Amino acid sequence: MGVGITVEHLNAFYGKSQALYDINLAVQADHATALIGPSGCGKSTFIRCLNRLHETIPEARVEGSVRIGDLSVYNGSSATQLRRRVGMVFQKPNPFPTMSIYDNVAAGLKLNGFRNRRQLNEIVERSLHSAALWDEVKDVLHKKSGASISGGQQQRLCIARALAVQPEVLLMDEPCSALDPISTGKIEELIFQLKEQYTIVIVTHNMQQAARVAEFTGFFLLGKLIEFDKTEKVFTTPSDKRTEDYVTGRFG
Amino acid sequence: MMRSRFQQEMQDLREKLLRMGGLAELAVDRACQAYTDRDLARCHIVLENESLINAAEREIDELAFDILATQQPAAVDLRFLLAVTKINSDLERVGDQAVNIAERVMDMIGLPAVELPVDIPRMATAASAMVRRALESFVEAKAEVAQAVLEMDHVVDRMRDEAFIMLVRKMNEQPQVTQQALDALLVARNLERVADHATNIAEDVIFWVRGFDVRHHAQPDMAAAQTAEGPKQ
Repeated sequence: MGVGITVEHLNAFYGKSQALYDINLAVQADHATALIGPSGCGKSTFIRCLNRLHETIPEARVEGSVRIGDLSVYNGSSATQLRRRVGMVFQKPNPFPTMSIYDNVAAGLKLNGFRNRRQLNEIVERSLHSAALWDEVKDVLHKKSGASISGGQQQRLCIARALAVQPEVLLMDEPCSALDPISTGKIEELIFQLKEQYTIVIVTHNMQQAARVAEFTGFFLLGKLIEFDKTEKVFTTPSDKRTEDYVTGRFG
Repeated sequence: MMRSRFQQEMQDLREKLLRMGGLAELAVDRACQAYTDRDLARCHIVLENESLINAAEREIDELAFDILATQQPAAVDLRFLLAVTKINSDLERVGDQAVNIAERVMDMIGLPAVELPVDIPRMATAASAMVRRALESFVEAKAEVAQAVLEMDHVVDRMRDEAFIMLVRKMNEQPQVTQQALDALLVARNLERVADHATNIAEDVIFWVRGFDVRHHAQPDMAAAQTAEGPKQ
């Protein structure tokens, strides 16, 4: 089951340049939350602060508090410990190109020293089922490499890889932006199913996608969280004029 | 570029709806004038013009459907489109009520003229004013004008109730004028329905402008009311 995420007074910097300003946000467990906003508004920086990827950039730093369930992200937990609980899927599918489909899914577990073959088989199958990919690859698990399948399948493989380590939270940074409408539909369907068991935070430029998959939506602008509310409210009667101008395409 | 095309389509939709509103309003005025003057020719004009209103309804629905399918509007634009499709339907029904009135008048013209205890022209003026004000609230995107229309509805309802009482009494006292009284009663009922459609239009304008649903006397969420912005033209 997923856990909630509590963000308090979060500020993020790239050197002297501030990218996020005093973000306060509570993400509900086992729901999908979408983050929207124009390019450069800070939404990707924000989700990279949730799993400490932000700090991997030279001179980048974070102030404030992030809690994922009972885990304090910036106070006492290691990045490795955190990333076992928080999976991430990126804009461009990034399977390990030389590994088979099976090994791609099993990679995280093997890295953590998991060696029981029977259990590995079970987890790989379960993860591929959860990512709605099993039926398409079950006969070529060891024959095909992660890079030899279609873009949409690669992205679902990356989701399966993230699910294999049984995270509580799944972060998705524009997971469909490189995919065609059919593959996008499959990923959206998948998000819809996964949010029953995982807390999902998805960054998207596609506002209709946010409206379709997420129960809650946050609108970022110039590093600030302008509005956070139920998705239907944000897309029908937003409270802030800047949100309305963005969702109606008047800027951005 | 995409959004300027979108804004142009929304503007076209607004203009088409206003033209249709003009046709519906004119149909009611003509039908009521035909009642006052016992004017058969005017009744025929109302009947002939109904097809124009029906065609306008289809045209507006098609354009709204296209915009929904191709532009995926949100927030105030989405509320506007939903309001337009509903107002469109109400205006078409206003046209139907005008036709019903014209048919009643044609029936009455075939009967001897009698004095009836009902002020149809006064009721027609009130119902027409409601339609006009409702369309005005749409043109100006003014929820307060739409709110005033809602408050006028009970006045027309009361006129209809009075007409009912007086005309039933007349039928009891003078059964020989029952047909004429029944026709007048139906005209009063048609005008009351016109007022109801104007009320619906006003409610849709409030939904578009303020973002809350006031149908069936629902109380708006005051927090939303305070934060909601007026739509941009």
